[in-house]
Amino acid sequence: MELFEFYRKDRWPHVFCPGCGIGTVMNCFYRAFNELELPLDKTAFIGGIGCSSRIPLYINSDALHTTHGRAIAFATGLRLAKPELKTVVFTGDGDLGAIGGNHFINGCRRNVDMTVICINNNIYGMTGGQASITTPHDYQSTTTPYGNKEYPFDLAEIAVAAGANYVARWTTRHVHELTRSLKAALQKKGFAFVEVVSQCPTNFGRRNKMADPTQMLEWFRQSSVRRDKTKAAEVDHVDLNLAGQITIGEFVDRNRECYEELIGVGKHG
Amino acid sequence: MRIAPGEYFLQGNEACVEGAIAADVRFFAGYPITPSTEIAEGLAHRLTGKDGVFLQMEDEIACISAIIGASWGGVKAMTATSGPGFSLMQEAIGYAAMSETPIVVVNVMRGGPSTGQPTRASQGDVMQTKYGSHGDYQVIAFAPASVQEMFDLTVDAFNYAEKYRVPSFLLSDAEVGHMRGLLTVPEAINVVERKEKGLRRPDEAYDVPDDLVHPFPVFGKGHKTMITGMTHTDKSKIEPEDVKVHQELVKRLSEKILRSRKDINKWELIAPGSKTMIISYGSAALGPKEIAAKDDRIGLLRLKSLWPLPEEPIYEAARQCDQILVCEMNLGMMYWPIKRIALEAGCKRIELLSKVGGEPPTPSEVRHKLREMGAI
Ligand SMILES: Cc1ncc(C[n+]2csc(CCOP(=O)(O)OP(=O)(O)O)c2C)c(N)n1
Ligand code: SF4
Ligand SMILES: [Mg+2]
Repeated sequence: MELFEFYRKDRWPHVFCPGCGIGTVMNCFYRAFNELELPLDKTAFIGGIGCSSRIPLYINSDALHTTHGRAIAFATGLRLAKPELKTVVFTGDGDLGAIGGNHFINGCRRNVDMTVICINNNIYGMTGGQASITTPHDYQSTTTPYGNKEYPFDLAEIAVAAGANYVARWTTRHVHELTRSLKAALQKKGFAFVEVVSQCPTNFGRRNKMADPTQMLEWFRQSSVRRDKTKAAEVDHVDLNLAGQITIGEFVDRNRECYEELIGVGKHG
Repeated sequence: MRIAPGEYFLQGNEACVEGAIAADVRFFAGYPITPSTEIAEGLAHRLTGKDGVFLQMEDEIACISAIIGASWGGVKAMTATSGPGFSLMQEAIGYAAMSETPIVVVNVMRGGPSTGQPTRASQGDVMQTKYGSHGDYQVIAFAPASVQEMFDLTVDAFNYAEKYRVPSFLLSDAEVGHMRGLLTVPEAINVVERKEKGLRRPDEAYDVPDDLVHPFPVFGKGHKTMITGMTHTDKSKIEPEDVKVHQELVKRLSEKILRSRKDINKWELIAPGSKTMIISYGSAALGPKEIAAKDDRIGLLRLKSLWPLPEEPIYEAARQCDQILVCEMNLGMMYWPIKRIALEAGCKRIELLSKVGGEPPTPSEVRHKLREMGAI
């Protein structure tokens, strides 16, 4: 499938800023989806609200652009009502981890078959750069003018603890690994979660001395540590600071029975 | 499997479960809350996975979000809740209105605000049902007053949600939800199927023109459906800055309901033409009904649907009488729109009997008020 068979050409130009990491994720996702030769007409794309959550509206298939934070709950209903549809959720750190946190952890726990891709740009991009639940400690945002005094969530670790079948985290600097994980997630039965640490040059980089997107990619390169090489005791991998690290890799790959199988819903489709 | 035709003694909430099954509900998401819980419990028994899905979600926002998602999968979907849960659902109700998603929400009303009176009846959410989400929109809402109506109006709520692609509500209350009474299940039940895009459909069920209610593009059928809560054109193009697109969309969403008032509105009329008319609904109408049945000086207009506002029957009743008593279990909510219509119809005196605290006005309380008004 050509790029513009997969993405809707009539929606171009898109709303994303130059240098935004969302483009990289869209590119990797297209590759993963295409290489697996999945049927586009049998895949539904669901987004919440935010820059990242807009991706479904550019894909040439059924798209449900929902309310802020609730994409997983919408996807749960859609998937169980029409089990022959594959469901893919695009969400952001604010959408998934703040306002939608409850649906996120319960989605992992319930283990309905869906692929959830979170573009974690450490900020509320769409609303102009307010601190999010993944803004690193002491970083700048419009709502933390004296530096962020809170500490960030580790979304991937939450997904592991809550029971997702597949969990991986990469950055937009790791396009090959990310594409591979997206393929794994799309093939996984049950709740699969891929977090992509991504650059928002407009609203995060600019306020944190990394206005040029390449500076952020360099930050990602320097701070990323493969999960199998981390020594948890030595570093606080929750804290995505320059001084700390971004733990990347596959966090979990398991096969808990998914909810559809448990209630026999697969059969009614 | 649908309940067999026949006579049953059931609880109101149980009758609602049977009505939903009869209307072909295939997806229910709920969160426990008194006094609506029996509906979730009943449907947990009936929707086993193979014949439909029951889900207990993490909160009421998740419930309504899930049923909207399920509806886009092409199935009839419903949730049931009460006061606090209904408040949590408001944002998504606006989303359903904006995205024109057929869903049914049952609100077994209890005393509010806040946690209020979990086990006692109230009619305090009638305005919230219409105005609770932000922006201009219209909904459909029914107000059952008996076990039978818990069944009948649940079926209607589904039928009208499908027909008009709109969130539709069953505004019951703790009194009606928990009362036991006779349910007669008829042989034939009129069930309206979705006006689905690309399918031939029975014309008589869809006397609404396509320019008001567009055929529904179910997901997974190659329609490349694009659904959003943002301002969009008929072709789902997002145009949040376009003044005209927004005007056209919001006006159509309202018009499709308001123009169909005559098709949607339901009411019961006892002794029309009486000098004094009581206008009431739901369990608040139980006392007035006793009186109107016995006293020929008093008539009753019992509204079985509240939204869109049944302007015509109210106007007609007001035109023919000298005075009106509005009877409801809140501090006066439907009273104001009813008063507006009654004044337009030339009726000069419109009084309110308001009762909060958890029980419907008794016949003697209603009589007391009628005496004050000089009606009896
Ligand atoms: C209930 C609600 N609260 C607030 C908003 C405003 N809002 C829109 S996008 C957004 C932040 C999105 O952040 P994130 O999910 O991280 O996405 P990003 O734009 O960074 O990709 C907020 C708060 C909203 N739309 N709805
Ligand atoms: S605001 Fe940030 S996240 Fe949104 S499109 Fe621009 S760069 Fe990307
Ligand atoms: Mg963000």
